[in-house]
Amino acid sequence: MPDLAALGFTALGPEEWDAIRLTLTVAARAVGFGLPLAVAIAWVLARCRFPGHAVLNALVHLPLVLPPVVTGWLLLLVFGVRGPLGMLLHEWFGVRLVFTTAGASLACAVMTFPVMVRAVRIALEAADPGLEQAARTLGAGRLDRFCSITLPLASPGILVGAIVGYATCLGEFGAVITFAASIPGQTQTLPLAIYAALQTPGGEARAATLSMVSVGLALAGLVLSEWLGRRLNAALGR
Amino acid sequence: MTLRIEVRHRFAGGGIDIAFEGPSSGVTALFGPSGAGKSTTLAAIAGLLRPDHGRIVVDGVTLGDTAAGIWLAPERRRVGLVFQDARLFPHMSVATNLRYGLRRAPPGPIGFDDVVDLLGIAGLLARRPHTLSGGERQRVAIGRALLAQPRLLLLDEPLASLDAGRKAEILPYLARLKASLRLPMIYVTHALDEVMRLADAIVLVADGAVVASGALSEITARGDLPLAHRDDAAALLLCRVAAHDAARMLTRIEGAGVSLLVPLLDLPVGAACRARIPAREVILASRAPEAISVQNVIAGTVRRIDVEPVRHAAVVEIALPGGDILARVTPDAVARLRLAPGAPLLALVKSTSIEMLAG
Repeated sequence: MPDLAALGFTALGPEEWDAIRLTLTVAARAVGFGLPLAVAIAWVLARCRFPGHAVLNALVHLPLVLPPVVTGWLLLLVFGVRGPLGMLLHEWFGVRLVFTTAGASLACAVMTFPVMVRAVRIALEAADPGLEQAARTLGAGRLDRFCSITLPLASPGILVGAIVGYATCLGEFGAVITFAASIPGQTQTLPLAIYAALQTPGGEARAATLSMVSVGLALAGLVLSEWLGRRLNAALGR
Repeated sequence: MTLRIEVRHRFAGGGIDIAFEGPSSGVTALFGPSGAGKSTTLAAIAGLLRPDHGRIVVDGVTLGDTAAGIWLAPERRRVGLVFQDARLFPHMSVATNLRYGLRRAPPGPIGFDDVVDLLGIAGLLARRPHTLSGGERQRVAIGRALLAQPRLLLLDEPLASLDAGRKAEILPYLARLKASLRLPMIYVTHALDEVMRLADAIVLVADGAVVASGALSEITARGDLPLAHRDDAAALLLCRVAAHDAARMLTRIEGAGVSLLVPLLDLPVGAACRARIPAREVILASRAPEAISVQNVIAGTVRRIDVEPVRHAAVVEIALPGGDILARVTPDAVARLRLAPGAPLLALVKSTSIEMLAG
């Protein structure tokens, strides 16, 4: 066992644990709310042909190519206290997103949305439409078919999309800091905490520790998604 | 005749115009080469394809009539469809696959245990589809379609993707199914042996149109149809077992108004059976021969003679009291025997040339 302290690592203090817990929660909420919508949008993109298909597709993928800080700023415009949706949310439900944990989740969800939609769409497109035809002749209606055939067949892809999306959330920086700021215990997720530590004199050790946690979480996510994807595919006989 | 089908559809590179009627219980074979429009017709009957013009009436129930603006969705038709590639749901066990349609259908006469029994799939219920052989998969697919309580069962070349061994394994199950269920079936195939074993009626399809349709025994005995000019041309007689002669090791069967001797059958007297008489195995004579091994000498009259130019042969359609058979002979033989429509003649059929198929 190498002497970690000598290498510049410090033990995890309550603040660090807070940042880790917050990061995991924010990512979980982002995926929890984003995934169902991602499945719906992916289904529309995979199965429906309509005017505006290309526009919707481009819109979904926009956060992937925009500078994250621009995405964060656009979120501020729309969901800010004076933004059209932000104002409505505040007036109707008393919900404020800017500079809150919920806001950090929203920023993460928007950033990982393209990743999830892509994974789900590929899975949906790989699901054999012949099986849905068979289900039709056996008396299954549209929603029934989607739930009993399409969704289970696409489940490996959906799950992998969720895990990759979750892992991506853990690393979101630009959009989160722009939209939700870096408030310890509320919106300061791991990458933000690392950045803050680096900006503080003598904070290198803390940054190094948190970075190692980040690497560990990312690796765990990737390994888990590989393993689960393989298991589910085996269950489907692929 | 309570199965009325009309499908007219144009698509890139062709079109089909197919109309026929079929019996409300029994198997109607849609027979023709690949690309003749058989599968398109089935898709329209199942509702998976909406043709330019279509009318589908089963037992008085209109499932589709484009002229009247009626076109029921497939899930509301209760028309079972067995695909060539089985299409079992890979994420479900065999039992769950079987119950998929059953759970979504109104209560019907076809029970789970009966189907499992009939198809011999009791040992497969806990298995996953990808662990089944091709033949097992197809049996499960047939069971799944049956349990959805269909009013009509469509089978789209269900044996085409199987090798000869698997095919022989499934055919008896299909025959049992036909015998024990009063369910109209439309069976698409390009394999004549399947038609001969299973079908009651046949619709000959070529290039998107119906060439001929009717009872199988009538259509197979017509010398003017393409069936008669295949290498394996044969007439099919629907027969009954009349008597067994164990000492001579022969069974007498009766059909088409004549009686025939065949090698001893393992069927009770009175049982229905099918006798397939290959055209090239039938010998023609103008006088009864003597001291000859042939057991069956049948009197008939010439109905029609079709010359086959490429083969340098002639197909003679022979009218019997209750049906027809075919004989393929040389044009020279036709000339020597002075055969012409209306002329009496004797058809000689070896007992061992008659292929017996289960009823």
